[in-house]
Amino acid sequence: MTEAIKTTSPTEAELHAAFWEQIESFPDGHKIKKCLQCGTCTGTCPVSQFMDITPRQTIAMFRAGRLEDILRSKTIWICASCYACTVRCPAGIKVTDTMYALKRIAMHRKIYPANFPVHSLSSTFMNNVYKYGRNYELGLGVKYFMRSHIVKLFTTAGYGIAMIRRGRMGLLPKRIKRVSQIQAIIKKANEFGEQ
Amino acid sequence: MLEFAYYPGCSLEHTASPYDKSTRAVFKSLGIGLREIEDWNCCGATMYMSAKKIVGYSISARNLALAQEMGLEICAPCSSCYTILRKTNRHIAWDPKEGKKINEALAAAGMSYTKPVNVRHPLDIIVNDVGIDVLKSKVTRPLTGLKVAPYYGCQIVRPVGYFDDKDDPQTMDILIRALGAEAVAYPPKVRCCGGMLMTTDEQIALKLCHELLQAAAENGGEMIATACPLCHVNLEGFQGKVNAQYSTEFNIPVIYFTHLVGIALGLSPEELGLDKLLIEPSKLMAMKGVVAV
Repeated sequence: MTEAIKTTSPTEAELHAAFWEQIESFPDGHKIKKCLQCGTCTGTCPVSQFMDITPRQTIAMFRAGRLEDILRSKTIWICASCYACTVRCPAGIKVTDTMYALKRIAMHRKIYPANFPVHSLSSTFMNNVYKYGRNYELGLGVKYFMRSHIVKLFTTAGYGIAMIRRGRMGLLPKRIKRVSQIQAIIKKANEFGEQ
Repeated sequence: MLEFAYYPGCSLEHTASPYDKSTRAVFKSLGIGLREIEDWNCCGATMYMSAKKIVGYSISARNLALAQEMGLEICAPCSSCYTILRKTNRHIAWDPKEGKKINEALAAAGMSYTKPVNVRHPLDIIVNDVGIDVLKSKVTRPLTGLKVAPYYGCQIVRPVGYFDDKDDPQTMDILIRALGAEAVAYPPKVRCCGGMLMTTDEQIALKLCHELLQAAAENGGEMIATACPLCHVNLEGFQGKVNAQYSTEFNIPVIYFTHLVGIALGLSPEELGLDKLLIEPSKLMAMKGVVAV
């Protein structure tokens, strides 16, 4: 990590404060205090072997005051939201919801792992919902691949063509009738801050 | 008569259109009303949750508010929509202050959500509301001899198992048997397919899908039945990529559980959108020739 990034990034104390605020903002978030480091989350996670920091280590590193390292790891963006850890944790910790909380902190402060622009999928998705009121699958995929790994535009083309042939890929976005309602809701809800 | 406010969700308009078609056809055949929520919007999915929680819940709540006006429970076939809509309800019930914020956002669009609307999955409705005995009495083409791997995926049983066990759910197994088919043992029935990782980190998702396909083959499953658009597209649409990556030759049809119900009820493959699948479930389609017992 370069010195320049160090000096411009928020301090660990600020990140911790933001983290606690997030933790209090969903049901049973505070149970993270009861983590016994048993590793059930990591053991049950279908993708922990691909993470640079496992779910158990994520909680340990947060306790050790290394939130920025967590945000710069791929871990939170590899979590596929399967909730296996959440239902098996003996301490009732909402591990998946905690991953979401960490993603929100990362998105708000733009602290991301290097060369792993998964977060841009969320931004593209949110733009589509704001414009159309619905997801636009083809547009989401194409735009994301253009922003992240352009090669995938070509390696995934076969799938796209097969789906278009079966009438299962909409070429144009579908806009809901009262898209102004969605936009008003989003604008108002945005006033409630980063949560 | 049973009637539900139908929330198809964005996937069912395109990639999962066979799920939409078969759900509507099966419900009609069973005499259950499905009234599509007029002008519904995206539920927000996991991607909004990852960026802006209150905004995500607020747009999700617009759908709940629209259903509230209809006075009906919601039927949501997409596992992800199902979980997000239920999560929105749970969040509002958990903290009145959060509910207030969400209602303030809705008020900006002249809407409000005050009477909680229950959200149901069609698998739950067919097995628990219609009931296995009634369903059996309506089967005109028993699916005798068909071996199906029941794949539930994540989000209809987790984080909260509303209508079934989180580790070893049985609803789809029971349904498959009621239709005359065999539900083969399928140990990874609630194991993740990788979800959006197929887009963001393909190698991980291909590995998970390879394991799911392998398990179906090893246990004698001739096809995999799913209840989720993302599971379906990963296992079906990317089966070729799994084969290329792992030097396998899987050609396992992946269908929606509603397809099995539809064929058993006497509906045609076209009415159920079976012709839109990438890997033709020929054995299931051939069942239209089966004569009622």
